[in-house]
Amino acid sequence: MAKTLPKTDVVIVGVGWAGGIIAAELTKAGLNVVGLERGKERKTEDYFMVHDELRYSMRYEMMQDLSKETITFRSNDKVRALPMRQYGSFLLGDGLGGSGVHWNGQTYRFLPYDFEIRSKTIERYGKNKIPADMTIQDYGITYDELEPYYDKFEKMAGISGEPNPLGGKRSSEYPTPPMKKTPGMQMFTDAAKKLKLNPYMMPAANLSENYTNPDGVARAACQYCGYCERYGCEYGAKADPVVTVIPVANKTGKFQIRTHSNVRRILHKGGKATGVMYIDVTTGEEIIQPADIVVVTSYVFNNVRLLLTSKLGQPYDPSSGRGVVGKNYAYQVIKGSAVGFFENKEFNTFAGAGSLGVSLDDYNGDNFDHSNVDFIHGGVIAISQTGARPIQNNTVPSGTASWGAEFKKQSLHYANRTLAVGAQGSSMSFKQHFIDLDPTYKDTFGDPLMRITFDFRDQDKNLAKYLAERCNEIVKEMGADKVDYLKELGPYEIMSYQSTHNTGGVIMGAEPGTSAVNNFSQMWDADNVFVVGASSFPQNAGYNPTATVGAFAYRTAEGILKYRQSGGLLV
Amino acid sequence: MVGNNGNGLVADKEAEREAQQAEANEGAVLEHAGDDYNNKQINNNSRRKFLVNSGYVIGTLAVGGALSTMFGCTNNNGGNAQEPTATPGGGKETEIPNYNRALMYFTQAQFRIVDSATERIYPEDDNGPGAKKLGVAFFIDHQLAGDWGFNGRDYMSPPFYSGEKVQGYQGRLKRKEIFDIGIQELENYSMTKYSKGFAELEGAQQDEVLKVFENEEANLPTISESFFFRMLRAATLEGVYSDPLYGGNANMEGWRMRSYPGSQMSYLNIIDKEFTKIEPTSLQAHLASH
Repeated sequence: MAKTLPKTDVVIVGVGWAGGIIAAELTKAGLNVVGLERGKERKTEDYFMVHDELRYSMRYEMMQDLSKETITFRSNDKVRALPMRQYGSFLLGDGLGGSGVHWNGQTYRFLPYDFEIRSKTIERYGKNKIPADMTIQDYGITYDELEPYYDKFEKMAGISGEPNPLGGKRSSEYPTPPMKKTPGMQMFTDAAKKLKLNPYMMPAANLSENYTNPDGVARAACQYCGYCERYGCEYGAKADPVVTVIPVANKTGKFQIRTHSNVRRILHKGGKATGVMYIDVTTGEEIIQPADIVVVTSYVFNNVRLLLTSKLGQPYDPSSGRGVVGKNYAYQVIKGSAVGFFENKEFNTFAGAGSLGVSLDDYNGDNFDHSNVDFIHGGVIAISQTGARPIQNNTVPSGTASWGAEFKKQSLHYANRTLAVGAQGSSMSFKQHFIDLDPTYKDTFGDPLMRITFDFRDQDKNLAKYLAERCNEIVKEMGADKVDYLKELGPYEIMSYQSTHNTGGVIMGAEPGTSAVNNFSQMWDADNVFVVGASSFPQNAGYNPTATVGAFAYRTAEGILKYRQSGGLLV
Repeated sequence: MVGNNGNGLVADKEAEREAQQAEANEGAVLEHAGDDYNNKQINNNSRRKFLVNSGYVIGTLAVGGALSTMFGCTNNNGGNAQEPTATPGGGKETEIPNYNRALMYFTQAQFRIVDSATERIYPEDDNGPGAKKLGVAFFIDHQLAGDWGFNGRDYMSPPFYSGEKVQGYQGRLKRKEIFDIGIQELENYSMTKYSKGFAELEGAQQDEVLKVFENEEANLPTISESFFFRMLRAATLEGVYSDPLYGGNANMEGWRMRSYPGSQMSYLNIIDKEFTKIEPTSLQAHLASH
């Protein structure tokens, strides 16, 4: 028999960026908030031994324990989905702060085009530009409407950067100046300018100088130690929820975080949630936390899974295209890149920061004419210097042996003589790509795993090839003696790391028939349930998702306060 | 959430990630245990002498705190910054052997095979030591004895089906079991082809055998030999380049060969400068500084 606790105003499922932001905003406004976090507590002191590539990068120290829970994957619905038994394609975060702790800190705003992609594509190219099975849609909110929330997120996190010449309008400058520029980044900048492109310093959550944010949280500047992605920051320089929003929520005395608390069900009755049921994983005890408002802020997969196992919302049916929960799973096309080998120049690529780089958006969104290419959208192209740690960076020119004397000689020779330019290709949604409950495989509690049905389509293959060619042009212009770049994108596979930018499943839109949440991340089918995260993206942009997730979280917090006053659907 | 792990394109990285194992073998010849690299490490106690002379030492431990900003935490501390060695009886310091160099998992016969195979994958050359001297087979042995060897954090629940290639590893064998089988198969293949154990073969012959495994030409009934080979290769690189605390990368020579500075607290002063060589430091130096 489950133990039932006293009711709270708001319960939050998962305390990462979205959960942390909402907790801070709601507790500041006087609401009582309980945050349930399945993982353990995390703090800056945990990272004194963090410069350990084996432990953090190769053995996935910060990631979810797959023996307890993973996902299953198949390329299409004719094949049996099988579990992702080991890490590869993407990495699932775990613990307080979630993936917001081990991210790189690349903090882009999406382009205005991203929010109105269907209308704007049809407007410029006609209906036939969008293939029949491509299910992209508008968000039901424009960039300009979301801009104030981006601004809020950037000021909270202290984002370092300079304006993107091809980006949407900004209401204010970045709160801190850009990061430092390395010689490699300078070469990229010069080459891009020569090619008449529009480079700008990558917007960074790494912090270029000491900074105190509007909540009074002070953080020290980045030391460029080269250990961001897959690592926590021992300085608290990299913005993460644990060093920014969570302490603000804690200070109010209104926020109660319970770690080791894994939520299994959203409880609901007559179209309204009544609370959640979770397991205290240290004792195995089942606990019910009643609440007026339930906020779901775990990662994409568990946002969808909680709705499906709780039977909340209409599950997506790929054969009819009806239903919304699990619809429009999208990913990213990351392999369209180029690497240059420089015989006569060595670089300090061992040093770096997660979002130390230079970017350009000339081939992103609809910033170039797509009339004569067989895909839509594109991706940001960037050089980034994240710290070339030695186990994972042994790049050798194509044709080199992959082991033995030649490999050793060449991998040592090129250890500090390569510069890579990569594209973060967008990922469009398709009718055939979705996530649902796996019929066979279970997690440690006996609940079904999420099943991904996804593959790269012609859209992705054409886009990857196009972006790789553009990257190649830039690296050549940078003076590389040899350039290797992607010639053809193969099928999607689950083994090699690509990107932890999974999206969709609880998508946002203008009306209930085609979306699960409105532009306050409020569920159409249960007005006191808010589902926040990249799960709300109807398709994925050519950027990292965090700033947009953060912006939506700020907007959700505002919506919840409004809902607290007036009730009902906010849109 | 991070993205773009550098660049997705480099085939080498993919191979590394896809593979995941290491192997080892039995170890007879432990003659390189306590070799030059370790001795160098142990003898390098000038930092301690400096600390002692400066009066910043209590017993055998250096004081942390503010002092740490002076030593170990910066990138100009002259390298290894080895911690004080034990001083039994409080007298003069003595060298201590590297007790880490013993076997947790492999038999000595297995160790010998892994030691020779990893040396072929990462051989000694003009640049510096190979896998043998760096202690790679010890590294692999130690890794197989822990979570990684047991697939402790992997999803190993049934049912098991052989899947499509794009679905990744679907076997029921754990890494340590794959190593056991892979090592035995290397030995069997060598005996059949050359009537000699793998460790006894000439280097060129060992390369031949490894190539057969890499190209999936041994027709093994049990495991995928190329999968085993990729694990072995990936684990070799891990042993060469991980922090010396794991038993490989002896005296940080793996790092030194590629001018990788190891664990540094800050690159603020060189990040926007031309290439700078920095003597490496390891996590051990870092430990003292906190």
